[in-house]
Amino acid sequence: MRRGPSFFNVAAVALGLAFLYLPIAILVIYSFNASRLVTVWGGWSLQWYRELFHDAGMIESAWVSIRIAALSATASTVLGTLAAVALVRMGRFRGRLLFSGMIYAPLVMPEVITGLSLLLMFVALNVDRGFWTVAIAHTTLTLCFVTVIVQSRLIGFDRSLEEAAMDLGCPPLRTFLTITLPLIVPAIAVGWMLAFSLSLDDLVIASFTTGPGATTLPIRIYSEIRLGVRPEINAVCTIMIALVATGTIAASLLAKRSAVRRERAVLAAQV
Amino acid sequence: MIAGTPYGQKSWSARLVLLAPYVWLLAFFLAPFAIVLKISLSQTALAQPPYLPVLDLSVGWHGAVTFLRGLSLETYGLIASDPIYLLSYLKSLEVAALSTAILLLIGYPIAYGIARFSRRWQPLLVMLVILPFWTSFLIRIYAWINILQHDGLLNDVLMKLGILNAPVAWLASDTAIYIGVVYSYLPFMVLPLYATLEKMDRSLLEAAADLGCTRMRAFWLVIAPLSLPGVAAGVLLCFIPIVGEFVIPDLLGGSDSLMIGQTLWMEFFSNKDWPTASALAVALLCLLIVPMMFYERLQNRELEKVQ
Repeated sequence: MRRGPSFFNVAAVALGLAFLYLPIAILVIYSFNASRLVTVWGGWSLQWYRELFHDAGMIESAWVSIRIAALSATASTVLGTLAAVALVRMGRFRGRLLFSGMIYAPLVMPEVITGLSLLLMFVALNVDRGFWTVAIAHTTLTLCFVTVIVQSRLIGFDRSLEEAAMDLGCPPLRTFLTITLPLIVPAIAVGWMLAFSLSLDDLVIASFTTGPGATTLPIRIYSEIRLGVRPEINAVCTIMIALVATGTIAASLLAKRSAVRRERAVLAAQV
Repeated sequence: MIAGTPYGQKSWSARLVLLAPYVWLLAFFLAPFAIVLKISLSQTALAQPPYLPVLDLSVGWHGAVTFLRGLSLETYGLIASDPIYLLSYLKSLEVAALSTAILLLIGYPIAYGIARFSRRWQPLLVMLVILPFWTSFLIRIYAWINILQHDGLLNDVLMKLGILNAPVAWLASDTAIYIGVVYSYLPFMVLPLYATLEKMDRSLLEAAADLGCTRMRAFWLVIAPLSLPGVAAGVLLCFIPIVGEFVIPDLLGGSDSLMIGQTLWMEFFSNKDWPTASALAVALLCLLIVPMMFYERLQNRELEKVQ
């Protein structure tokens, strides 16, 4: 006996998804509104997108944000993957409790605390604030997310492959590079993407740690939003949503394709 | 620890694997807290940096002694005596507790519903829940400003339906904060709940049904208790960051009562009172340290279970 979802189950999921998507859909639709007024629908138009491309400040901020996100996502993917390997494969070591505490705490730590503490340290060290301080702060923030994702992949896969390589005399570093790394690459890619989008998204920590000349996109959008709703902002947001949606869907399709290929390879090996 | 693991503790590469993230976190996560703690014990000053005392090691041992003598708990006394701070702590706890409860009420049926779908559909539905989380937090709050503002869609629709005669000021209210918080944190509640519910053995429900249990009773007697780890994870994952939330109350809430994240932000950016901002951060951390430790224990237990 295997009962499918009841009416109540389907309704809960449908309503939940509607709640999640309706506001975003409205925002996207109104970015194409010819009228400046939010409630008045003036027909379809691309004029807010045209205006956006002439907004030099917005484009510069987007560029700053993308560079910071790419840099910090790469750094945090390397460090986060190492941390995941250490947590899953090194068993008990001295200072493990502190280490795992520092990994999990940033996941739930209020951003105002992380931002404030990093800024005060940069001030105490007399560091010029700007691009690099935001990148360091974002690396620290996103590292733990990468660790959690890679860790779950490391736990899930078959250890015997690594053990076989070691038994055949493969040194640890080479085992990691030739056996472990290819197997956890999908998780590392997802971790990088998550780190990238979290960095692109962050307002609070960036506001604390930034300096002159490094106004990130969220900081600029935030200061515009405080003045009220503007169709240009809807247009920026729509572009960001489109980029993220394309990235996520492409990634999941790729993951599916590689899973299918892997299954075929396993089947072929068994025949 | 199993002998002969690939990353035996003695090899230099193993040390490096651990050392790089460890040192990074010590330098950029733990050390900054020490500095916050130190500044919270200082006093404001019209100087650069705007606090006293400053540790000056160029005058040697004497400098360290003057520095230590300069520290005091004065800022904490100030926070305790001024009701503004206490009220914003209480407000933060109230918003976090109530919205976590709402999130659980809304999130549980969604997570349960997804877990009841066939295995083919589940990954797609989970991805649909995660996808909004990937789009910017700020964008999602902004989307609600579009809807809730005075001449926004909600008022428009409600008035066309004849439910309202005059537009309601939804923005700058606690209602708007709750809507924004619930909307933003819903994926954080649904995903851990789904993760436990999905693993649950369906035959348990069948056994309950065979023994004459109604569906409702079976839910309360079997599913609800077994899903408690997921409930705990979801509740902690929402409650802790909501207490320190800044963006949502700042953009959607009113200015009459502030949450602690806003108060801290204001002390730092508007009043340039770094010691008070630091003391508020330390106090906030003390408030959250117990739920954070619970969360970490939960995470570690999950890790040990699968290992």
